[in-house]
Amino acid sequence: MLGKIWSVLHKDLLIELRTKDSLNAMLFFGIVVLVVFNFALESVRETIRAAVPGVLWVSFAFSGTLGLNRMFASEKENSCLQGLLMLPVDRGIIYLGKTLAVTVFMLITEVVIFVFCLVFFNLEVWREIPYLAMVFVIGTLGFAAVGTLLAAVSVNTRMREVLLPLLLFPVVLPILVNAVEATHIILNSVEYGALRLPLTIMSVFTIVFGTLSYLLFDFVLED
Amino acid sequence: MNPEARRRLDTVLGALLAAAMLLALYMALLQAPRERTMGDLQRIFYFHVPAGITGLIAFAVNFFASLAYLIKKDRKWDGLALAAAEIGVVFLAIVLVTGPIWAKPVWLVWWTWSPRLTSALVLWLLYVAYLLVRNYVADPDRKAVAAAVFGVVAFVDAPIVWFSIRWWRDIHPSPMLESGALAPEMRPALWVCIGAFMLLFVYLMRRRVSLETARRDVEELHSRADLGQ
Repeated sequence: MLGKIWSVLHKDLLIELRTKDSLNAMLFFGIVVLVVFNFALESVRETIRAAVPGVLWVSFAFSGTLGLNRMFASEKENSCLQGLLMLPVDRGIIYLGKTLAVTVFMLITEVVIFVFCLVFFNLEVWREIPYLAMVFVIGTLGFAAVGTLLAAVSVNTRMREVLLPLLLFPVVLPILVNAVEATHIILNSVEYGALRLPLTIMSVFTIVFGTLSYLLFDFVLED
Repeated sequence: MNPEARRRLDTVLGALLAAAMLLALYMALLQAPRERTMGDLQRIFYFHVPAGITGLIAFAVNFFASLAYLIKKDRKWDGLALAAAEIGVVFLAIVLVTGPIWAKPVWLVWWTWSPRLTSALVLWLLYVAYLLVRNYVADPDRKAVAAAVFGVVAFVDAPIVWFSIRWWRDIHPSPMLESGALAPEMRPALWVCIGAFMLLFVYLMRRRVSLETARRDVEELHSRADLGQ
């Protein structure tokens, strides 16, 4: 099973490595969002460290949405989706492979956005990096778990790029709220025990929606 | 049930509903005692709470109908899910409008990001998104599948949203029927209003589902005419 998931993931990574279509767009958009926030938060420059968690996750979510939109839209070209569906594997495998691909793309983007964020907002962060990495990975997995399913739902609709964020953001709210909270705890307090609750909620969300999407994916990709 | 009996049942239900609504208005506005500190303002509670309960029931109906559609692939379930989602959105909109009207004089703000308010708003957004999906898929079968999948996701998401922000500061009054905090003299009015809202829900569901069935029949006739049969 792992080998099959890897084949789907490998295919997407290889395509991305050759074309860099999604990654370029995701990176650039993430950075643009940071710049926009810089103007929006002009008046609270002194307390910017408190605003950074929100800024980071909004920019992750926006750039992630771009990546998700490309994930299935690119399969529509040259009937790639039909080819993918003809694979002698369970549809759930395709879901898992795609989810991991989205996660990988998003994590790469997040590292770059984070570095830009450190520079733009003059943050000193060293000790916190392992904790931040943990929050980024769990949050991104949760986002990708439900995002991949909804991207597959919206790719068959008339207004796919427009529809995805409308479907995704209300659903993924628990991830965003808790990821912001966890990032906030790491950056602005020393009481790391408080991380338990947000991390637990994010993990529960990821497991619940990972399982649910794995089961529902069969219906979504029918044609 | 044949169409004639169905229509007769609708008429009876409609008459019952009209009577129940008049009774509910009387109970909520005249029979129930005036609240000591909030005065007549508190009477909005008799519409706010029943609308909320009915809205939640509508979303539960949507969930089970969506599941049933995915399993059985019978369009009848899709029609039921659609009707429930539309009505649920309307009832929750009533909750979201009456709430701030009450809150402004009592809390001195229209809105606050408390867990109850936030989850109610997110719930409303989820089901508006559900209705949006339906608008953007042309093929009827695809539309039904996409909507059913999203309906299941939305209903599973709702409790997680609630638990994920439960620890925020909440100034919303806790459920008064469970805690027994509601004065006994106010209970009859509340129960009558809940009953009237339920009746309204059932009535609207029946009408909406039959409208959807009729629409589907027309659609089928059209496609048969197109095929020249």
